[in-house]
Amino acid sequence: PFPPYHTAVRGVDGKHHNNSNNNNNNNEMSQQAMNGVPQRGKLLTLDNMNPKVKRVEYAVRGPIVQRAVQIEKELREGVKKPFTEVIKANIGDAHAMGQKPITFLRQVLALCSYPELLKDNQFPEDAKKRAQRILEACGGHSIGAYSASQGIECIRHDVAHFIEKRDGGIPSNPDNIYLSTGASDAIVTILKLLVSGEGRDRTGVMISIPQYPLYSAALAELDAVQISYYLDEDKCWSLDVKELRRALYAARQHCNPRVLCIINPGNPTGQVQSRQCIEDVIRFAKEENLFLMADEVYQDNVYAEGCQFHSFKKVLFEMGPEYSSKVEMASFHSTSKCYMGECGFRGGYMEVINMDPEVKAQLTKLVSVRLCPPVPGQALLDLVVNPPQPDEPSYATFMKERTAVLAALAEKAKLTEQIFNTVPGITCNPVQGAMYTFPRISLPQKAIDKAKEEGQVPDMFYCMKLLEEEGICLVPGSGFGQREGTFHFRMTILPPTEKLKLVLKKIKDFHLRFTKEFS
Amino acid sequence: MKKPYKEIIDLSWGDLQRAGVKPLSFVRQVICDSFPFIFFVEEQHMQVLAFSSELTPHSFSDVCLQNCIRKSFVSSGSYTATAGIPEIVHRVAEFITRQDGGIPSHPENIYISAGSQRALTNIVTILMNRKASPRTGILTPVPCYNIATLSMMAQGATVVPYYLNQEHSWELQIEELHRALESAQRVCNPVALYVINPGNPTGHVQSRKSMQEVIHFVSERSLFLLADEIDVYQDCFNGEKTEFVLMEMGPPLSDTVELASFHSASKGFMGECGLRDGYVELVNLDHTVMKYIYVLFSKDSSAPVLGQFALDLMANPPQPGDPSYPLYNVEMQNIRTTVADNAKRAVEVVNNMLGFCCQPVEGGAFAFPQLHLPPKAIEKAEEMGMKPDTYYCTRLYEESGVLVRPGSEYGQKEGTYHIRYIFQLTGLSCPFHINEHICNKLNCTVTSFHFTPFIFLFSRFCIATSADIMEELLKRLSIFHTQFMEDFS
Repeated sequence: PFPPYHTAVRGVDGKHHNNSNNNNNNNEMSQQAMNGVPQRGKLLTLDNMNPKVKRVEYAVRGPIVQRAVQIEKELREGVKKPFTEVIKANIGDAHAMGQKPITFLRQVLALCSYPELLKDNQFPEDAKKRAQRILEACGGHSIGAYSASQGIECIRHDVAHFIEKRDGGIPSNPDNIYLSTGASDAIVTILKLLVSGEGRDRTGVMISIPQYPLYSAALAELDAVQISYYLDEDKCWSLDVKELRRALYAARQHCNPRVLCIINPGNPTGQVQSRQCIEDVIRFAKEENLFLMADEVYQDNVYAEGCQFHSFKKVLFEMGPEYSSKVEMASFHSTSKCYMGECGFRGGYMEVINMDPEVKAQLTKLVSVRLCPPVPGQALLDLVVNPPQPDEPSYATFMKERTAVLAALAEKAKLTEQIFNTVPGITCNPVQGAMYTFPRISLPQKAIDKAKEEGQVPDMFYCMKLLEEEGICLVPGSGFGQREGTFHFRMTILPPTEKLKLVLKKIKDFHLRFTKEFS
Repeated sequence: MKKPYKEIIDLSWGDLQRAGVKPLSFVRQVICDSFPFIFFVEEQHMQVLAFSSELTPHSFSDVCLQNCIRKSFVSSGSYTATAGIPEIVHRVAEFITRQDGGIPSHPENIYISAGSQRALTNIVTILMNRKASPRTGILTPVPCYNIATLSMMAQGATVVPYYLNQEHSWELQIEELHRALESAQRVCNPVALYVINPGNPTGHVQSRKSMQEVIHFVSERSLFLLADEIDVYQDCFNGEKTEFVLMEMGPPLSDTVELASFHSASKGFMGECGLRDGYVELVNLDHTVMKYIYVLFSKDSSAPVLGQFALDLMANPPQPGDPSYPLYNVEMQNIRTTVADNAKRAVEVVNNMLGFCCQPVEGGAFAFPQLHLPPKAIEKAEEMGMKPDTYYCTRLYEESGVLVRPGSEYGQKEGTYHIRYIFQLTGLSCPFHINEHICNKLNCTVTSFHFTPFIFLFSRFCIATSADIMEELLKRLSIFHTQFMEDFS
């Protein structure tokens, strides 16, 4: 059990420490002192809790966001600030920034939630048909019943069908589809399956720098070895197999590399990998016996001229049986991004390719531990993979809305790149896809020193100041990983165009001020 | 494929809606009302307009949901704050406070998650030390809801069983906890005690005295307390919550015992399992540890919004005077009446079946009959390489299309076969007791209860279903059972 208060605590490093709870928790001390209760150290403390958790960070919801929430509270309480609202450009939440939900999706969800509405003539027939089909597949004909752990069967079939259509007819087996609570759930599940071994044999997982911090957080929690490979900022964040090789060979010294994660289109960088690059990655994975994890949640978010989304599976199969029968892979998709932006529903799936059947049986068992993914999210996913067809009544509106959303994002992507590149000290790569910009900022040495004085990483120092002075919440690049000595921030391109222009101007002004202040 | 039945009756889940209970209209109407853009109307920035349909009375006006919309809620499609929409978290805290007779519950100690299992996984993560030697251990009851133990094992914890006392309605006994802890200390480093109240699958309701003993136990032995209490506040059950009992015991225990208490809107008559709506309340945890718990939950982004609404409505159902109250009340009454009628019917029918004995259902959504299996059946099961309860369930399913889950998943005490051997059939929680009265009712001598190789099957099935389905179930069960008992007499 946890050691009683009065003995010295053996810390996780094996050394004895005096029970130091009270030093860290002044609040707690004074509270207990106020109560007049004899002080007793906590059972579960920083010293004896899971040591891996101390390394877990998730910058997208990290300290800067917590400060932003606090500031919002202060604003509501009437505290005077140089701004009237906090703009949360830290998280890829489209609806929160004003993007409208797609009418068709919400109609079907309403029908599924309250089937009485099937009698209402305001709803189009194609919406009703889909709702009925989904409800029929649910236990008790209700989205409130648990579903099978792997997800509702007919929805998995629809997903498989969607993948086949998307990938030019390459077959997809519904049994290889696992619905999940957002893509994050599936990503973590696969990592759990893949991470094993001890010491030098511990699983190593390759992930890009910069990366979406779910990966680094999951790897820390699972105590896997993170193998970082650097994307090339000078070449628009492209991936070079030489760099993969370098990282891999170095890692082999101290761990057992087994997995290669790639996010395409990229987060936070937005780069859309070329077909050639994808082929190279697949070839590399085969040569080096790596399990490929292809995070493709932004697959509809492609804006730049000459860029196109190529699914890893499609490329794999087009490379012929030598690859398509050997390379083991999982690809991930979600309802949170693209044109839907339905983050709150927590819908997603993964497709596993060439997985050993016995391992797959274990995967199926593993997902049962969380019972089932939220059924509304499954329903929503069904609509994403089975949208209105040209001959259906909702088609015109659906396409109009979808096109408008994606066009707006494309416009904002360009705008962002343009404006940031006019600021001396900010360099911004083209936002080829996804929902973010990850510009590089040059910070004066004095600022870097000041940051260190305050015990903050320089780009966090910068972002915090921006938040306090302008009410704009971004995430410092250190939260995603970056080359030593470089600094970045991630900003979403989601605010409505007029607001975005304002935000860009404010950041520009701030940056000039900041540079001047610390020159 | 020809079968003697047309469709499967699946009462194996703790899932009322799957069993045929309709969701409460109010809950679903509110959910719909959260979809403002159904018919594309002029929208002011983030102002939500309920769409107009005769079929949904304007439920916005009587629901505090409006507060959500004004303050922090943006869209059902948005992420929310990590712990949940703040207004909902506050209202859940208020709900708990009310239920606990005024003992305050703090919103900052509450995390809403996609089902209570997810929250349990995160808390177990904090407790785990994978590299520690000896390994981290958690004391868990036997029998036990196997999802929880599987999840702990998946994280590398050593699951240390403590056996609930079958002779006393599956009561938790302190001596057994002591024994389990002693045995645990030889093989692992036990850091936590996991209790389920009411028991799953046993249905046993812990007495206040027992809960106090448990609290003393964890305090003395420096264990973290994990309390799975997902049935505690349900309409069908009157029980007490660990935190309530803890706070009543006063300092120093109330200030020092560290507790995580898990709840859900999946149970009770609301039964919105598919929306994935659970929460954990953390009591007396270290502030720094709480910061890390926040990080763990933040990785999951946030709980599904519709599930958060369901929780909110569980905590704040329509009150008399609210426009939605009449329909809500009617629907709740219907469910209660159907369940009560089903219960009576089930008990009646089951008690007339050879070898079956069923206590009157005092409350709740499940019946808990007990069954003697003849020795020939046990032999046959062994021949087939199956556990007796699996054998019974498999045949029941194949021949009658009635699906219940064999309870050997829930664990049983390694007992000597010739004394007594107990299995459970399904994994649904039940709010009342099985005790020696049953043995008397069975007209079997006490000696045979103890010494003959009979198998007791405690079976449980959901009686919160439509009257038709219940009739059908009972019919099929009767026919199957009569034949089965004849075959093995």
